[in-house]
Amino acid sequence: MGRLIATRAGLGLLTLLAVSILIFVCTQILPGDVASTVLGQQATPDALRVFRAELGLDKPAYVRYFNWLFGVLHGDFGRSLTNQRDIIEELVPRFANTMFLAAYTALIAVPLAVGLGIFSAIREGRFSDRLVNVVTLIAISVPEFFVGYLLIIFFAIDLGWFPSLATVFPGMGVGERFYVATLPAITLTLVVAAHMLRMTRNSVLSIMSTPYIEMAFLKGLSRGRVVMWHALPNAAGPIISIVALDLAYLVVGVVVVEVVFVYPGVGQYMVDAVAKRDVPVVQACGLVFAAVYVTLNTLADIAAILVNPRLRHLR
Amino acid sequence: MTLFGHKAPLTAQFGLAIVAIDLLVAVFGPWLAPYGQSQSVGDTWGAPSAQMLLGADQIGRDMLTRLIYGARTTIGIAACTTILSFFIGITLGFTAAVGGAWADILLSRLVDIMLSIPQLILALIILGVFGSSIPVLIVTIAVLDSTRVFRLARALGKNLTVLEFVEVARMRGEGMWWVISKEILPNAMAPLVSEFGLRFCFNFLFVATLSFLGIGVQPPYADWGGMVRENAAAINFGLLAPLYPAIAIALLTVAVNLIVDWLLSIDARPSGAQAEM
Repeated sequence: MGRLIATRAGLGLLTLLAVSILIFVCTQILPGDVASTVLGQQATPDALRVFRAELGLDKPAYVRYFNWLFGVLHGDFGRSLTNQRDIIEELVPRFANTMFLAAYTALIAVPLAVGLGIFSAIREGRFSDRLVNVVTLIAISVPEFFVGYLLIIFFAIDLGWFPSLATVFPGMGVGERFYVATLPAITLTLVVAAHMLRMTRNSVLSIMSTPYIEMAFLKGLSRGRVVMWHALPNAAGPIISIVALDLAYLVVGVVVVEVVFVYPGVGQYMVDAVAKRDVPVVQACGLVFAAVYVTLNTLADIAAILVNPRLRHLR
Repeated sequence: MTLFGHKAPLTAQFGLAIVAIDLLVAVFGPWLAPYGQSQSVGDTWGAPSAQMLLGADQIGRDMLTRLIYGARTTIGIAACTTILSFFIGITLGFTAAVGGAWADILLSRLVDIMLSIPQLILALIILGVFGSSIPVLIVTIAVLDSTRVFRLARALGKNLTVLEFVEVARMRGEGMWWVISKEILPNAMAPLVSEFGLRFCFNFLFVATLSFLGIGVQPPYADWGGMVRENAAAINFGLLAPLYPAIAIALLTVAVNLIVDWLLSIDARPSGAQAEM
């Protein structure tokens, strides 16, 4: 089993490397000659040559890639084109904010989705199950910003319970941070929990059609007891990997929600940079998001191997 | 309405009605709209009245007019994107399935890498490098989306190439293009069509999301995602302006999902499609 997990982790690293190449190609090779774009049409050949040497553009692509990768691994993402600031300085606090929002959401979403999923599996076909089904289908198919603005209108404007902008600044108390980030977290919860809930319900129900469950029913056990004690232990594996995959998706959902609530995270930073065409920042944020996503996906696979004995042997 | 002798359930009828209305509005928009797309006719976020049924937007343009023109832009871009994505995905997918092992390995690994980053992040990177214009937007989303189509088309193609009639066509000496277009494509049609609905829905939401983020369709074109963004500030005054375009987006995606749900329940997918799940 140890070897299997090591293989999966190695595959994850390989994926990260491939992803970094893809991002490098997209941002450094595809745009063509940066020097002539920056200096304009009138630049003299000498000026172009000096500028290229300054940026390291005179070296072959693979050398530039390894230089870039080496820098990134040492926390050097380069400087922003718009304000000349070191990207890493801006990125670290924003990354902490984004992770805070994601963790807060996970704290609400995971118990809620798994709990309701099991509840709706116990009450399959009843009114409460059908209600949950319709609500989750709608929550899955509407855009995140729609949910966000609905919540703002209702909870921030009409009731005045929460602020409509999630402003976070350094030195803010933890309690206040939680308070301010509540609406964004609920928005993300609605988007992510719906999918988790449906998958939880389905994986419990798929176990319900097996013979040993029928046996439990024939012994005269109640439906609730059968689901909780007989079906759930076997459904745990798929549920854990679904939760992990949805947490990976959460990282993407964060981008839109951060813009809706003007929350100072990596997503908002990246979107701003894209609008200003600040390529080094876009590259850094893209790499951060990709790394988090690939890591969570790899962890999901490893969790699935740990939980499900049938996956432990290579076929 | 019935299809292959199956009557549409109420939910699917609702979905079909919404899609039909949206399509009519998208096609005949300029003749239906009471005002011009960028014509300022009222006050900022003016209240709804008999002249302006849904009120005015942030610079006094008629909300209903903007919604009608927006249908054109948003649905049009999503449709172009999906068609292009299917063209790329099906061509490459069948090439991978029918062509040699090398083509298959090369294309499949490339798609694996592209799928290992969230689509939104990759789109942001590409738009950040090339800037946002409608052609760039269409090509970017189409290329990213075609990875999903590629997977389905390749699986369908793999299952079909081993069947006798394809073998016969090859032995007759037909070229690869002929085999793909005349033998494989017609047999892969059914699952590809229901996939088309789902991908359209996804691309539509994707375009709307990018425009909402301010890096999709640029002003002065009206489009639903961008309209939500432009009118977002109204929410602080308790006005509903950004909700109208958001509702339009939500309605269309829910409608398409309801129809696809129904289609999937009719056509228990033929063999090839299972590999895609």
